[in-house]
Amino acid sequence: MAGAMADHPLVRCERISKHFGEGETRVDALRNVSLDVYPRQLVALLGPSGSGKTTLLNIIGCILDASSGSMAFDGETVLSEGRWLKSNLRQLRLYNIGFIFQFHNLIPFLDATDNVALVLQLAEEEAGAARARAVELLDYLEVGHRRNAMPAKLSGGEAQRVAIARALANRPRIILADEPTAALDSKRAGIVMDLLRKVAVEQDAAVIVVTHDEKIFDWFDRKFTLRDGRLA
Amino acid sequence: MNLAYRDIRHGFGRFILTCIGLGLLLGVVLAMIGIYRGLVVDALTIARAPAVDLWIVEANTRGPFAEASRIPGDVREAAARLAGVESAGGITYQTVETEHMGAKLRLYVIGYEPTRPGGPPEILAGRGIARSHDEMVADQSTGLALGDRLRVGRNTFSVVGMTRHQVSSGGDPAVYITLADAQKLQFDLAPPAVRIQQARGAVGGSRDTVNAVVARLQPNASPEAVAEAVRRWKHQAAITQEAQEQILISSLVDRARRQIGLFTSLLLVVSAVIIALIIYTMTIEKTKQIATLKLIGAPDRTIIGMIVQQALALGLIGFSIGATLIASISGYFPRRVVLEADNILALGLVVVVVCLMASGLGVRAALRVDPATALGS
Repeated sequence: MAGAMADHPLVRCERISKHFGEGETRVDALRNVSLDVYPRQLVALLGPSGSGKTTLLNIIGCILDASSGSMAFDGETVLSEGRWLKSNLRQLRLYNIGFIFQFHNLIPFLDATDNVALVLQLAEEEAGAARARAVELLDYLEVGHRRNAMPAKLSGGEAQRVAIARALANRPRIILADEPTAALDSKRAGIVMDLLRKVAVEQDAAVIVVTHDEKIFDWFDRKFTLRDGRLA
Repeated sequence: MNLAYRDIRHGFGRFILTCIGLGLLLGVVLAMIGIYRGLVVDALTIARAPAVDLWIVEANTRGPFAEASRIPGDVREAAARLAGVESAGGITYQTVETEHMGAKLRLYVIGYEPTRPGGPPEILAGRGIARSHDEMVADQSTGLALGDRLRVGRNTFSVVGMTRHQVSSGGDPAVYITLADAQKLQFDLAPPAVRIQQARGAVGGSRDTVNAVVARLQPNASPEAVAEAVRRWKHQAAITQEAQEQILISSLVDRARRQIGLFTSLLLVVSAVIIALIIYTMTIEKTKQIATLKLIGAPDRTIIGMIVQQALALGLIGFSIGATLIASISGYFPRRVVLEADNILALGLVVVVVCLMASGLGVRAALRVDPATALGS
């Protein structure tokens, strides 16, 4: 990916459309959605259920095909007229996108360190170096004291921090979060949002969050609201 | 980082219980193979026990095991005089049921002449038969011990020697007695019947009848050539040792062999289905984790590797448990269980192949998992 320029968006979506089914069963989940997300920005995707938020997040996360439209990461086009220009989307995700989930989705049979180190090892990092980087990230997110704990032994807030550490492991510039605070109380939700802000600023990353959680609305730089597949 | 190992370690108790369950099933498969082999070995044991080269039996029969055969005892003298024959002896076989220690005991009684071929292949304890009457050498599996006295027919025998692995093709343990005692047991009528026969004037026939005459040949003699010489007598049939063994395998135990073979095959199929279901279930339970792995960028080979390694670990650990179990308890089976290294190795390879094929079902399910499943609840 080309080097980032502050005046260039990190994620650019142009006229993205997505429909499911055909004929009478056709459902238009997204209709000509265009948006830009810049580095160091914390962006919210808002809207009622079924408005297309998760569909858009899946397309930006390269896990769902678009019916039409284009998308570029850091100036490099990855989707053109609904067709992926990269053959290995999993590798694209591995190196460029970090995912944070509502229920953290940590691998239950790996401890906190290995959950983070796994992503690094998938990117061909040597095991020792991967673990060292994992510990460094856990310390950075103030959960280093729980590095040897299994996910089942972590509190909701701790597990979400480990998940954030995993999302940051390969130093991605794009972080996608799906309801990251839905399972947390106000205090812990605030801590997670502070962390995401810190990551966005210190790692020059763009953070896109799908949320219904009104208690975190104030943390966002920009909010995009979707209704019936269109940006409102 | 080995994900398969980490997952197994995480749920070790459950995994090992699954392995034990599979091990018991594979143990049954292994036992059936052992019983199958044991059946063949048992069938051949009695035929091999006299260590002879030629069997002379009643004309137009394939006796004495596959069909009934009765020939005059003096055939052994004629056989012993044939060129190339080193020694020959009459032999009888019959199954009797008696009582020992208050329980029914089925015995395969072999009558032979102690100075001629046809006796037990080895004496483990005690001695061979030395007296002409009422002595017996018994197989260990009879449950008899040296010095025991056992009533068979109208006579009581003393156990003077022990041998082993001598059972009929039906699994009845063998005892060896003198030919004279065996002929009395097999051909003598009960006293009331004798009296009736005497009243009819139908007595006085020779009792020297045997089921077969076995001949041991000189080292340079051709069994087939001697057999051909016997066949020229017209009233007897001659079967070489090799042909006798073939008759036993292809005729006497063939149905039982095929039955057990079929049952073993069915068990293998059932095992394969169960292994496939276990691996499929293990994979389905990890759907969310597989989706997460895909989402964070894990290549298919990482996910396939995890499933295949777990399948192989499950199969091999289960197989080891089953093999150890059967090796430990095979001596307690009522019939001989013969497990040889090649059988165990062959089943091990089958288990590996079954696991690889079964893991295909899990791999297929894993590859179909949509990474988007990881998002949302």
